[in-house]
Amino acid sequence: MELQTTIYIGVALSFLLYIGIAIWARAGSTSEFYVAGGSVHPVANGMATAADWMSAASFISMAGLISSMGYGGGLFLMGWTGGYVLLAMLLAPYLRKFGKFTVPQFIGDRFYSKSASTVAVVCLLTASLTYIIGQMTGVGVAFSRFLGVTSEMGIYIGMGIVFMYAVFGGMKGITYTQVAQYIVLILAYTVPAVFISFQLTGNPIPQLGLGSDLVGQDVSLLAKLDSVVTELGFGQYTTSVPGSTLNMFMYTLSLMIGTAGLPHVIMRFFTVPTVKDARSSAGWALVFIAILYTTAPAVAAMAKMNLLNTVTPGVVSGEVDVFAKDASLEFEKRPDWMKRWEKTGLLSFEDKNADGRIQYYNDKTTDEAVKAKVDEAGWQGNELTVNADIIVLANPEIALLPNWVIALIAAGGLAAALSTAAGLLMAISSAVSHDLIKNIFVPNISDKNELLTGKVSMAVAILIAGWLGLNPPGFAAGTVALAFGIAASSLFPAIMMGIFSKKMNKEGAIAGMLAGLLITLFYVFAHKGLFFVKGTDYLDMIGGANSFFGITPEAFGAVGAMVNFAVAFVVDKFTKEPPEHIQAMVEAVRIPRGSKSVDGAH
Amino acid sequence: MKDDQSSHAYWSATLALLGKILVIWFLASFGAGILFADFLNNFSLGGYPLGFWFAQQGSIYIFIALIFYYKKKMNELDVRFDVHED
Repeated sequence: MELQTTIYIGVALSFLLYIGIAIWARAGSTSEFYVAGGSVHPVANGMATAADWMSAASFISMAGLISSMGYGGGLFLMGWTGGYVLLAMLLAPYLRKFGKFTVPQFIGDRFYSKSASTVAVVCLLTASLTYIIGQMTGVGVAFSRFLGVTSEMGIYIGMGIVFMYAVFGGMKGITYTQVAQYIVLILAYTVPAVFISFQLTGNPIPQLGLGSDLVGQDVSLLAKLDSVVTELGFGQYTTSVPGSTLNMFMYTLSLMIGTAGLPHVIMRFFTVPTVKDARSSAGWALVFIAILYTTAPAVAAMAKMNLLNTVTPGVVSGEVDVFAKDASLEFEKRPDWMKRWEKTGLLSFEDKNADGRIQYYNDKTTDEAVKAKVDEAGWQGNELTVNADIIVLANPEIALLPNWVIALIAAGGLAAALSTAAGLLMAISSAVSHDLIKNIFVPNISDKNELLTGKVSMAVAILIAGWLGLNPPGFAAGTVALAFGIAASSLFPAIMMGIFSKKMNKEGAIAGMLAGLLITLFYVFAHKGLFFVKGTDYLDMIGGANSFFGITPEAFGAVGAMVNFAVAFVVDKFTKEPPEHIQAMVEAVRIPRGSKSVDGAH
Repeated sequence: MKDDQSSHAYWSATLALLGKILVIWFLASFGAGILFADFLNNFSLGGYPLGFWFAQQGSIYIFIALIFYYKKKMNELDVRFDVHED
């Protein structure tokens, strides 16, 4: 069967499965719509959380970024898994005991203030919307290649599909569709990796293959990769750091505490029956996530290996002088996958020295020895541009794997992007209809209208995210990292202080959230434009890019969180302490006994 | 909870456990994966330089172990201080 037909069939089958489940589990009452009646088993909940969590950023974008960053890409791996330890220990069990539907409800009740709840809604909406923009970018990349449409068209199609099952299914639909999506996406990610690991190292387990010797050679894969990339003027794969060690530290921290502050993930822990289950759910979620996250570094390094071996045939399997006259690949003889990706505009070749061959190296290197060799070979600059977001999707094609594997990865990529977008839309919808409309503006709204408001807010969110996704502020994973920074700087500190500091009052919490959110947005918008609209950045005002100790905007969330804590504690010192019954409530939240099912605000 | 005394003891026991786990959490990721990675790269694990391994593999395995350890210990604490769910 032709590749394109196989892909259509694979993607269509997976979609039928999800939509079928969504219709089968169609939600009835409001309570079911939001949290599936509090009756989901920890293992199922763990899988659903994993699917919800692993978005286009994890699936499509992350390994590509690791592939180009090398060792430094580990910040995504540690950041997006280490947060689960914080989530499991610091937040999940207590929020479950508290027994409300949403994060703004917790903040509103704990800080006995509707203003606090409103500020939390604003933080939640900002983080979730930024996150969905990243998802839409990923959806666009996936559709543009696999359905042969433009990336814009891909985004429009994605918007329609997400809307359908988020609106008609509700959370229950989503919980079970997400279990199905998890299975599809994890197979899609690991199957090609197993093939490739076996091809390169003879070891089918990618986690071990990455630490093995190359087939038929006496040198380890990583050592070989290090020597080839260094020869081409790139930083050594196993040690190169993004910016500085400080930046890598803050970036990792920002992703970790952002993980623990993202409302759509936290909401998951309201859906388990008991406090005990909330603790283990986070553990199970991390197990399922780790299967992908420990495979990703292998995918990244091996894709890099295969790409280099494509451009300079034989560079991996033997000793080839990359600078020799006929070493690099002739453009006319390039493989089919390159031609296919050229159509999307995400891969391109420009023959700068007009020799009809593709030279791929770091033309900005400062290594004199490399420069000398480049001059001698008559190279005029790097000729191949590969968008980092395509590495994972193109990976099975680069390794020349069978068509059904390529179809599988298409289905998996879409599952990842769509499932996360749906989970985020649930968080947005409940924040608007429950926490804003019902609790603040129209307290006596009917169940039916509340549900309707939720659906309308989802539709509006999809439109805004789709529109901004057409002009994204960066690679999918970079955009998503910004969302984590926003959650890290605004929501995480407030929730944490709400549980761990009995004396924290509403003035402190509100001031902290606002300070954290605003300073982070100020720094991010300076780099990326006001509300991510292109051309409205104001870098001059803050003294150039990364002017704060070389910290990139994606890593700034950790600074924002520190500001949040500091402001909250100072304001708390000068205002009066919270009433007696709130302090008693905090005591009660800390103890598992007496947990009941979630009751929301009915 | 039986009385105030035991609920305070439960909470300090909880905080002590969290503190212990967070130290390991920090050492596995920020320590071995970032701050001491260069030094650890002098050693290797199979074909992996050790610091690189912590940053891209090891820290994740340790995180999983930490959560399940936490769950086990917390459930024990719940029973010991008689605050568990029924």
